Amino acid sequence: MNIRITLDGKEIETTAGTLLVDVAADNGVYIPTLCYQRGKPCLGTCRACSVRVNGNVMASCTVPVAEGMTVEVDAADLNDMRKALVELLFAEGNHNCPSCEKSGRCELQAVGYEVGMLVSRFPYRFPPRTREHVAKYIWLERDRCIFCQRCVEFVRDHETGRKIFTIDDRGTHASIEIDVALADRMPPEQVREAAELCPVGCIIAKGVGYDKPIGQRKFEVKSIRERTLERSRK
Amino acid sequence: MTRPIQPEIPSHTLPAATLDPQTRAKREEKIQVAMIALCGCWGCTLSFLDMDENLLRLLDKINITRSSLTDVKRIPHRCAIGFIEGGVANDENIETLEHFRENCDILISVGACAVWGGVPAMRNMVPLGECLKEAYLDAPTAETDAPPRIPHHPDIPKITTHVYPCHEVVKMDYFIPGCPPDAASIFKVLDDLVNGREVDLPTSLIRYD
Ligand code: SF4
Ligand code: SF4
Ligand code: SF4
Repeated sequence: MNIRITLDGKEIETTAGTLLVDVAADNGVYIPTLCYQRGKPCLGTCRACSVRVNGNVMASCTVPVAEGMTVEVDAADLNDMRKALVELLFAEGNHNCPSCEKSGRCELQAVGYEVGMLVSRFPYRFPPRTREHVAKYIWLERDRCIFCQRCVEFVRDHETGRKIFTIDDRGTHASIEIDVALADRMPPEQVREAAELCPVGCIIAKGVGYDKPIGQRKFEVKSIRERTLERSRK
Repeated sequence: MTRPIQPEIPSHTLPAATLDPQTRAKREEKIQVAMIALCGCWGCTLSFLDMDENLLRLLDKINITRSSLTDVKRIPHRCAIGFIEGGVANDENIETLEHFRENCDILISVGACAVWGGVPAMRNMVPLGECLKEAYLDAPTAETDAPPRIPHHPDIPKITTHVYPCHEVVKMDYFIPGCPPDAASIFKVLDDLVNGREVDLPTSLIRYD
């Protein structure tokens, strides 16, 4: 069903039930996301896509559009709120981009650039987090996990459908865990997919490391904003 | 064991060639700019030098006092703009940073180390005692013909428990991330300030590595 909504003051026509974050991208409005991936079920964990819908702030990946909705994306307070959410993630873990295998193709870093983060307004916590390298093909660099739950939901054992990754405990004690037995029977392309799926440099395929020179890495070739808007035009 | 403390002679108090009054007057009219490194690797300072001929475009407006071009430890007089490389890792860093804060109108964190601690802050996850033990007692390069010891002497700055970003020690006015930031990013900020524009680092010049 065709409906009309107002997006940043502009009236646009769209289909009822489409996720707001996608409708925005289809209309040239970039909304940063860290957990959401177009075409996959929404996780709603990172809140980086927060916008104002009919006066209330909500995560746009969780909102199916409906007739007459008024949506604000580009407002000073909302821009700052999204920036603060990203800054929180940088202060919460340990993000030393210069020594990170994911640098240049990391979604957190790329979104940091888009929201204009220069420094985190929150005190950097420097939590001690032990890395996990027991599995044969994968190691977890826990310093960088943002608990988006992409791996938890979308990486499953091919045979049993069981989860390979889980998040243990809560709050400051939360920790990403791997089922070593299941992980060790992941075929190589599933390992690659899992490393690619992780928006940050937490899930790392062993034996890969830095494979692209600076200047030729994913988001240097094309920014995350361009990629998001381009994908929607296809 | 400790030798008596030598009287300190700061380099800026050493005799220097006197300037002719005309040149001196001209210099003093300009916007004074300084840069110093705290706990960093001097990579950011090199980026400052990498501004190359771009700097020439500003030289009729700015005078660079302390920088890697002039190796003085303290700025001789008040500056309009101070760039800081590196975070705070010892008591001498605190002193230097406070001196810069008192003597600069605008203070800017340059690079990952100044902005959040950077590479040196990797020790923040390890207790200080363990770090010193690893560095001096258990290190493969530790002296073998003398009993292992952690060096301490009044002339050696005292190391802080953690490495701190500059803005957790004094107020910083602007931030240029990167390890090191591109010369273009430093130039953009300097050029904005010198020309009285609002500082605005475009997305294309923001980098964290
Ligand atoms: S995961 Fe991303 S943001 Fe974190 S250190 Fe690596 S590149 Fe930087
Ligand atoms: S390991 Fe990666 S994909 Fe999994 S929750 Fe952490 S950040 Fe998300
Ligand atoms: S930010 Fe990087 S280049 Fe600059 S001082 Fe620190 S380690 Fe060196």
